[in-house]
Amino acid sequence: MQFLFRYANPHYFMRLSGAVLPFTAIATALCLGAGLYLSFSVPPDYQQGTTVTLLFIHVPADVVAELAYGAIAVCSLLSLVWRHPLSDTAARAAAPLGALFTALGLITGALWGKPMWGTYWVWDARLTSFLLLLFIYFGYMALWNAIEDETRAARLAAILALVGVVNIPIIKFSVDWWSTLHQGESIVSGKIAPVYLWPLLLMMLGYVLLFLTLWMIRIRTAILERRARNLMQAGTR
Amino acid sequence: MNFDMGSYSVYIWPAYGVSALALAGVTLWTLVAWRRAKARLAALESAQGPTAQKS
Repeated sequence: MQFLFRYANPHYFMRLSGAVLPFTAIATALCLGAGLYLSFSVPPDYQQGTTVTLLFIHVPADVVAELAYGAIAVCSLLSLVWRHPLSDTAARAAAPLGALFTALGLITGALWGKPMWGTYWVWDARLTSFLLLLFIYFGYMALWNAIEDETRAARLAAILALVGVVNIPIIKFSVDWWSTLHQGESIVSGKIAPVYLWPLLLMMLGYVLLFLTLWMIRIRTAILERRARNLMQAGTR
Repeated sequence: MNFDMGSYSVYIWPAYGVSALALAGVTLWTLVAWRRAKARLAALESAQGPTAQKS
């Protein structure tokens, strides 16, 4: 019975993700295509000029960076509390993607900061807490690689991921709590002009779908690698 | 569509370039890893014969 529970889930995931993947891949391409088209059709902003175009790749990268961390945190909780066998694999598979999107957020942010603020970087709360997110990703991945016993590595990595969750609201509210050069939230509050909102939403959706697609493929890859390892072990026994 | 970013081109195009390269790169890397894992498992399964237990 235990055996069935352990292996039923990866099988189920392979079936489900195999069916869903073509659709998320096509939807990703459509959203990014339409999003890019609209991104280069907007008029210059009255304050920021043409650099408003950076909004459409900067904010989506940041959103996915935090979303990926949230996904890791949820999977880590599932792993610690319910010992769901697939959740460690899923959490580990999301980390490099999250780190990449975090790096993209930092790079596009720096390239936006220079023309608008006069500097690539300031050590204010938003930028520093976002840089910390990148280091948490690195620490999380390093911890996985440092411990050979996979069960122990999974437990410790899950604990680290859950501790790191405190950084997420700090990033979110840093622009409200501390003085900063970074502009405040403008989507939910409706302050952003509709002409910029639509390309931004499409690009955000495209980035999120791209993350989900790549994440699913990475989990599938990890499942096959585990099967191969099990076969190798069975063969040598 | 308008690709003339004026004097801000030096900031905007590198940002788009890095993003496009990184996202295309990670997509390629993910697909290559998937194909490799699939091929390796298939090779192992055929080497162990049809009686090999699926895990």
